[in-house]
Amino acid sequence: MSQVPLTHILIVSSALFFIGMYGLFTRRNLITMLMSVELILNSANINFVAFNRYLYPERLDGVFFTLFIVAIAAAEAAVAIAIIINLYRNFKSIDVEAADEMKF
Amino acid sequence: MSASAVVFYMLSVVVLGAALVAVTSRKIFRSAIWLLFSLTGIAGLYFWLQMEFVAAVQIVVYVGGIVVLIIFSIFLTQQSGKDLPPPVRVRAVFSALAAGAGFVLTCLMLSQHAFPAAVGNRGEAVAGVGTIGAQLLSTKEHGYVLPFEVISVLLLAAMIGCIVIAMKTKPDNQ
Repeated sequence: MSQVPLTHILIVSSALFFIGMYGLFTRRNLITMLMSVELILNSANINFVAFNRYLYPERLDGVFFTLFIVAIAAAEAAVAIAIIINLYRNFKSIDVEAADEMKF
Repeated sequence: MSASAVVFYMLSVVVLGAALVAVTSRKIFRSAIWLLFSLTGIAGLYFWLQMEFVAAVQIVVYVGGIVVLIIFSIFLTQQSGKDLPPPVRVRAVFSALAAGAGFVLTCLMLSQHAFPAAVGNRGEAVAGVGTIGAQLLSTKEHGYVLPFEVISVLLLAAMIGCIVIAMKTKPDNQ
């Protein structure tokens, strides 16, 4: 593990972040946008774990932040999918362009 | 280059390649499966960093929970086998330019920044499950019991919110 510098792990996680960003910009389907958000959250998790392991190996704060981010991501995915299913019921489509009114 | 470094670079290629296919594939179900591979690769990265508990949580919550939820919602809302419409060309070009420029900028900043050496004992993993559990529920100085309780309330609120949002509304009296 010590042969790989910390910078390489950070480059991998930032590449993952910008791949998720590209997906968020180009996709117009709500489920695929949700997948892009999951990729972005995961890149943040990799950063937390890598910093914890390389810079402060005797502490655990990065692990706890990662666990909390995972829990929040699970809650966020559940709420997002409930909203998506509700939208599909009302608009018969989950394209973001189709959902152009909030209450009717 | 040692075997450990080779493992790291192979895992990185798997993670990034699967993520790239996941955000560009035209079939939404394949996109979800590639996302699954990417998340499993990230769990492999955690194993490589000797954070076994985080890797286990990643597999259980992401691969076992979130991806399965996404696949269920695809089955509920999408006609399977139909391609997604391709992205608008101008939008795709500018998104790729923006993401690429951001990536290059981040890499420049990373290459210029010198990180300090590790504080304390480097190489020995302390992230055992017992240590994590004891500190997570500790009320002492570095304990995390308050965020733990707050996040359990958040999960309860999210569960109630999901039920309320997805509940079928009663037909109006008309």
